[in-house]
Amino acid sequence: MAINRLASALRTLGVLTGSLAANSAFAGWGELNMTRGVTPISQQQYDLHMIVFWICVAIGIVVFGAIIYSVINHRRSQGAEAAQFHENTTVEVLWTVVPIVILVAVAIPATSTLLSLEDTSDADMTVQITGYQWKWKYDYLGEDLSFFSNLSQESRDGIKADPYAVENYLLDVDKPLVLPVKKKVRFVMTSADVIHAWWVPELGVKQDTIPGFINDSWAYIEEPGVYRGQCAELCGKDHGFMPIVVIAKTEPEYNQWVADQKAAAAAAAASADREWSKQELMAKGEEVYNSACASCHQANGQGIPGVFPGMVGSSYTTGPVEDHIDIVVNGKPGTAMQAFGEQLTAAEVAAVVTYERNAWGIDTGDVIQPTAIAANK
Amino acid sequence: MSTVATAHADEHHGAPKGITRWLFSTNHKDIGTMYLWFAFTMFLIGGAMAMVIRAELFAPGLQVVDPQFFNMMTTMHGLIMVFGAIMPAFVGLANWMIPMMIGAPDMALPRMNNWSFWILPVAGTMLVSTMFMEGGGPAFGWTFYAPLSTTFAPASTDFFIFSIHLLGFSSIMGAINVIVTILNMRAPGMNLMKMPMFVWTWLITAFLLIAVMPVLAGAVTMMLTDRHFGTSFFDAAGGGDPVMFQHIFWFFGHPEVYIMILPAFGIISHIIPTFSRKPLFGYSSMVYATASIAFLSFIVWAHHMFTVGMPVAGELYFMYATIMIAVPTGVKVFNWVATMWKGSLSFEIPMLWALAFVILFTIGGFSGLMLGVAPVDTQYHDTYFVVAHFHYVLVTGALFSIIAGVYFWLPKWTGHMYNLKLATFHFWWSVIWVNVLFFPQHFIGLAGMPRRIPDYATQFADWNMISSIGGFAFGLGQLLFLYIVVSTIRGGEKASTEVWDGSDGLEWTVPSPAPFHTFATAPEVR
Repeated sequence: MAINRLASALRTLGVLTGSLAANSAFAGWGELNMTRGVTPISQQQYDLHMIVFWICVAIGIVVFGAIIYSVINHRRSQGAEAAQFHENTTVEVLWTVVPIVILVAVAIPATSTLLSLEDTSDADMTVQITGYQWKWKYDYLGEDLSFFSNLSQESRDGIKADPYAVENYLLDVDKPLVLPVKKKVRFVMTSADVIHAWWVPELGVKQDTIPGFINDSWAYIEEPGVYRGQCAELCGKDHGFMPIVVIAKTEPEYNQWVADQKAAAAAAAASADREWSKQELMAKGEEVYNSACASCHQANGQGIPGVFPGMVGSSYTTGPVEDHIDIVVNGKPGTAMQAFGEQLTAAEVAAVVTYERNAWGIDTGDVIQPTAIAANK
Repeated sequence: MSTVATAHADEHHGAPKGITRWLFSTNHKDIGTMYLWFAFTMFLIGGAMAMVIRAELFAPGLQVVDPQFFNMMTTMHGLIMVFGAIMPAFVGLANWMIPMMIGAPDMALPRMNNWSFWILPVAGTMLVSTMFMEGGGPAFGWTFYAPLSTTFAPASTDFFIFSIHLLGFSSIMGAINVIVTILNMRAPGMNLMKMPMFVWTWLITAFLLIAVMPVLAGAVTMMLTDRHFGTSFFDAAGGGDPVMFQHIFWFFGHPEVYIMILPAFGIISHIIPTFSRKPLFGYSSMVYATASIAFLSFIVWAHHMFTVGMPVAGELYFMYATIMIAVPTGVKVFNWVATMWKGSLSFEIPMLWALAFVILFTIGGFSGLMLGVAPVDTQYHDTYFVVAHFHYVLVTGALFSIIAGVYFWLPKWTGHMYNLKLATFHFWWSVIWVNVLFFPQHFIGLAGMPRRIPDYATQFADWNMISSIGGFAFGLGQLLFLYIVVSTIRGGEKASTEVWDGSDGLEWTVPSPAPFHTFATAPEVR
C-alpha cells in the first residue's frame, strides 16, 4: 500500500516538474545537468560524468555520514569521553589503497573516451573555424564556400531592452553553420586575433582557437536539429556575445543548402558592379557599421577612450579616402582593428566607408562606389 | 650580572607609540596584525567587485555596467582576492602564530619582515589605481592569457605587471623568513616531527612560494618585453607561442592554488583536535600527505589547459597525475574525520567553521576530481561549473579556514572573548548564504553557461538570480565579521591563558593577550 502511494506521489511530482519545465517562465529551474548531446562523444562524456558523479555521491555519503554520526554520538554534551587513539596502520593503508583502485576504475573508460575524442582521422569533410573578436568565420574546405557568423540583430537589440522578448537570446546568429548528419565532420580551428574557444555542448566539442596555430576536433551528428553554443575563452569586451549555431540537416537538404549559398554569393558579387545612390549606401552602411564596427567604435562613433579610437575626430574619417578604405580593408596589424576586406563584400565596404564619412556630423560629402572598392581589394 | 640587567630591561620594553610603531615595526605580532588588516581591506574591495558582478548577473540583459567594465571587475576581483586577500591573510597568521607555536621570540629576519609587508600596500594601491587610468584596468581575466594581455591590452597593463613583480618580491621574502624561522628557531626539543601542523604546512607552502613566484615574475616580464621591446615570446607571428604563456602561468598557478590551501589544512588540523579533545589522527601521514600534495602540484599544471590542443599523450599524463591528487587529499579528510571519531566534541565557533570547511572543501574536491577527467573536462572547462569548484575550495576552503583561525586565536591576540551570539549568527548566516551563492553555479555551468560573461541566455536566469541573492547576503554578513573583530579588540570578557579547555601547544602557554614580546627565553619541549 505504502509503495503504491509513494509511486503515485512520485508520478504526480514527475508531472509537476514536467509541466514546470514546459512552462517557459520556469524553464531555468530544470537546467541542472549536462546535456547528453547528439554525438557519440558527447554521450560518452555524459555517461562518464554521471559515473564520476555517483562515485562522488557514494564517497560523500560515507564521509559526511561518519561526520554526522560523530557529531551526534560523540559530543561532550552527551557525556562522551574522548578516546586517545591517534593512528591505525590498517585503516590508513585501506583509505589510501581503496581510492587508488577507484581512480584506476575511472581512468580506464576516461582513457578510451579521450582517445576517440582526439581521433580526427578518416573525416568525410572538413570545416575551418576561425575566431575573430567577436564573431566566427566558417570555411568549407574544398567547397569554395565561406562566411562570417555574427550575433543576430534581434539579440543585440534585446541587450538593453527585454531579453525575454527575444527568442534564443544571445544564442542566435545571422548565418549558422550548416552541417550534414551522419558524417564525420572534422573541424580545424585557428584565430585571427586572441584566443577563443569554439564550444557546442550537444556536439561535445570545445576547442581553443589560437592565433598562429591550428587545432582540430570532430563531430558525428546523429540527429538533424539546431544546436547552440558560445565562445568559451575570455576574448575581450564582447566575449559573451559571440554565439555559435549549428544546424544539422539530412544530406540532400545539406547539398541543396550548399548550392543556394553559392548562388547567393554570386548575386552579391554582381551587385558590386552597379552604381549605388548615396541614400542606399548610407542605409546599408549604417546596418554594416552596427553589426561589424559598433561593438568597438560604438554606435555614436565616439569609441571608448584609451581602448578603441572614435570615428569622430579621427584623421581616417576626414583625411584621404584611400587611407580610410585601406584601414577598413586591410586592418591595422598589431591592434584589434581587423582586416574587414575578407569579411565584407565590396558593396558593404563602400557603404560603411560612405557612412563613416557622413555620419555623426562628420559630413565630408564623399560617396564611395562598390566598383572603387572592388578595384582596391 | 650584566645579562640579568639586560633581560630585565627587555621585559619592560613594550610596544613603541605612534605611527612609527607600525612603519618601522620589526615585531612579528604587529606585522602579523598589519598583514591581516591589509588582507581584510582587500577582501572588502574585492568583495565589492563581486557584488558588482552579481548585480550585473542578477538578470539577463545589461543593466549595471558595460562589458569592458564587467571584464575588469572579474579580473580585479580575482587578482585582489588571490594576491591581496587570501595570501596576505595566511602570511599574517604565519607571522602571529609560527613564532609562538615554535617557542621563538620573533621571526628570524625581522627587518625583512617589515619590508615584505610594506611592499604590499604599495603594490596593492598600484594595482587598484589601474582602474582609474585611461582605457581602464586589466580586463583579461586574473589568468591574463596572451595575446589578450599583450597586444590587445590597455596601457595600464604595465602598472599591473609592475605590481605583480612587487607582490612576488613580498611573497618570496615572506617565504624565506618563514623557512629560516622554522628551521633555525624552534624551541629545544621540538624536532621536525614534533612541529605543530600549521608550522609544517607553512614550511611546505613557503617552499612552494619560493619555487613559483619567480616563474610568475618571468611570465609578466616576458609580457612586458613582448609589449614594448619587440620580443615575440607569446606571438606566433614572431616565432613565439601563446600556449607557452599558459604553460608558464599554470606552472606557477597550480602550486599557487595549493599555496592558498595548505596553510588552511594546518589551521583545521589544530582546531579539530582541540574541540574533539583528542590528538590529531595520523600526524605523520598528515605531514607526508601535505608533502605529496606539494610535490604533485608541480606536475599537474596542464589540467587547466585540456582544451588548448595538447598531444593526446600529454592529456593522458596530466589526467592521471591530476586524479592522483585525490589520494593524499582524501587521506587528510579521512584523518580529520577519524580525529573526531570517538572524541568528546563540542561546537565552539572555530569548530563550527572547521566542520563547515571539511564538508564544503570536500564538495570542492569532488568537483575537482570531476574536472580532472580530461574527456569530460571538455564540457566543464571555462563554465560556471569551474567557477563553483574553485569558489568552494577558495571561499568555503581557504577563506573559511582563515575565519576559523581568527575566531580560534582572536582571544589570544586581544585577551578578550568575542560576542558568542553574534559570532554564532555570523557562522550560520555565512554558511547558508555561501551555498545559496555557489551551489547553483554547478547547475548553470553544467547547463552550458560559460564563465566571464556579463550577460547570458534566458534559460540561465533563475539560478543566476538565486546565486546573486546568496552573494549579496553572504557579502553583507562579512561586515558583521568586521564589527565582531573590532568590538573584540576594544573589549569583552577576559580570555584565560589556555582560552579553550582542549587547547594544546606553546601558543596557549603565554598570557592572553599575548605580550608584545614572548619567549625571550626558549621553552623546553619534551
